[in-house]
Amino acid sequence: MQYMLLIYNDPAKEPAYGSPDFEEMMGGFFAANEKMKEDGVLRSGEGLQGVDTATSLRIKSGKVETMDGPFAETREHLGGYYVIDVADLDAAMTYAALIPSATFGTIEIRPLMDYNPMG
Amino acid sequence: MVKEAVPKAIAVANVLDRVMRSDRGRLLSNLVAGLRDITLAEEVLQEAAISALSHWGRAGLPSSPQAWLLTVARRKALDRFRGSKNDARKAEDLALLVVREEEEQEEIPDERLRLIFACCHPALELKSRVALTLRTVCGLTTTEIAKAFLDQEATMGQRLSRAKAKIAAAGIGFEVPSADHWPQRLDAVLTTIYLIFTTGYVASGEEPRDLCLEAEYLMRLIDRLSPDDPEIEGALAMMMLTAARHKARVGDDGASLPPAEQDRSLWNDERIAEGRALLARAMARRKAGPFQIKAAIADCQMLDGGPDWPQIAGLYGALWQFEPTPVVTLNAAVAVAEAGDVARGLNIVEGLADELSDYQPWHAARAALLAKVGKAAEAAGAYAQAIAAAPGEAEKLFLESRLAALA
Repeated sequence: MQYMLLIYNDPAKEPAYGSPDFEEMMGGFFAANEKMKEDGVLRSGEGLQGVDTATSLRIKSGKVETMDGPFAETREHLGGYYVIDVADLDAAMTYAALIPSATFGTIEIRPLMDYNPMG
Repeated sequence: MVKEAVPKAIAVANVLDRVMRSDRGRLLSNLVAGLRDITLAEEVLQEAAISALSHWGRAGLPSSPQAWLLTVARRKALDRFRGSKNDARKAEDLALLVVREEEEQEEIPDERLRLIFACCHPALELKSRVALTLRTVCGLTTTEIAKAFLDQEATMGQRLSRAKAKIAAAGIGFEVPSADHWPQRLDAVLTTIYLIFTTGYVASGEEPRDLCLEAEYLMRLIDRLSPDDPEIEGALAMMMLTAARHKARVGDDGASLPPAEQDRSLWNDERIAEGRALLARAMARRKAGPFQIKAAIADCQMLDGGPDWPQIAGLYGALWQFEPTPVVTLNAAVAVAEAGDVARGLNIVEGLADELSDYQPWHAARAALLAKVGKAAEAAGAYAQAIAAAPGEAEKLFLESRLAALA
């Protein structure tokens, strides 16, 4: 099964760039990447630019409305994601727990929809 | 021949009823293991039971009614998959399974442990775990579960379907977890079963099904299916020691009583002996865990000479290593105070104000300790808050008697 691991965190809680904690976190992400690749489960994964770069769009009465900023005002922002292919939720949870930002943020685990129109 | 039709129909219906009552969990777990879908498994088992009524009535009872029901239920699932284009591959897999199962028919493997682990997955809300386990493994009806938790039947029905849908969609496996997931997954199972037990323990006794008995059945079942596990033994020990006090838990006036103030002649000696033997067996395995520690605390509460508070305080300290929560700290503080150091206990309790001011037992504990140090006015205020938030009539009566004793 394929799962997306959505990486949420509060930027205020992130370790400062260049600090020893930051170095440790980078090492943790690198190790998580390596482990997912080595186990052959990693399908894709990217980090996102900060929410100050976000543009939100919706169509109201046929008119495109844009908004400067993220869709939802929450303290935890989506910062990146991985897509992994593993046997079950327990396995997905094992990989999610490798993501270092889980110690100060949240990893949301969502199965990808398995939709095959060809039947 | 016509004359025999009615008694025969009754006899067949009785056999079916017995099988579905005593073996439903076992049959369902087998179907789920193959189908990986609880809802589908429940539906085809129900259809198989309906077929059984007419088939058994006509052709007589099969040598193994359970195996018959399983085979027919699997065929019904197969028919459904074949009827749907999207599930062609599933149908092939299942066809193989049906053939294989028919070859080895008489022996039905027990898959209930896998089903229990799926129903009690920590990715499900605790209340949903409880409901799903009672429904699938114990065979309670949705109506019975709703009554036990004072919920509307429709609400409980929705909760059950949401949980089943999540198991299927989120890829919760029907497997006994691997060693690295075992402690966390087992803890989720034991916590679920224990909540079933405590819900039954404080119930009025007018419920259609005794949840304490269901919890005991589940705990003994996993102890049998996964023997020699010290945490399962510890959880069963805690259940036995608590169950032993059931008759003594409220006094003649209907107020709940802490173990130290209970009438010991009402305690069940057999259960105490079994609980202590289980705890000793668990601890001999030298692998400590939260349920073993909680069982040891229950045991220390029930010693012949009264509770051993210094030991209880130490045990809560050990429990904190596994569950570093303010609730554990609160219990440790109460034990410290009971062991003689009231000032220190109260100090710790006051320090938890930010975290626990919405937690009723914090107000009750704080009231008791304030009373102990002679601060009657503050104690009365704390009792009032504890009474206002008391979870039940018995607890309320107990606290009111304490408040009255302050004056």
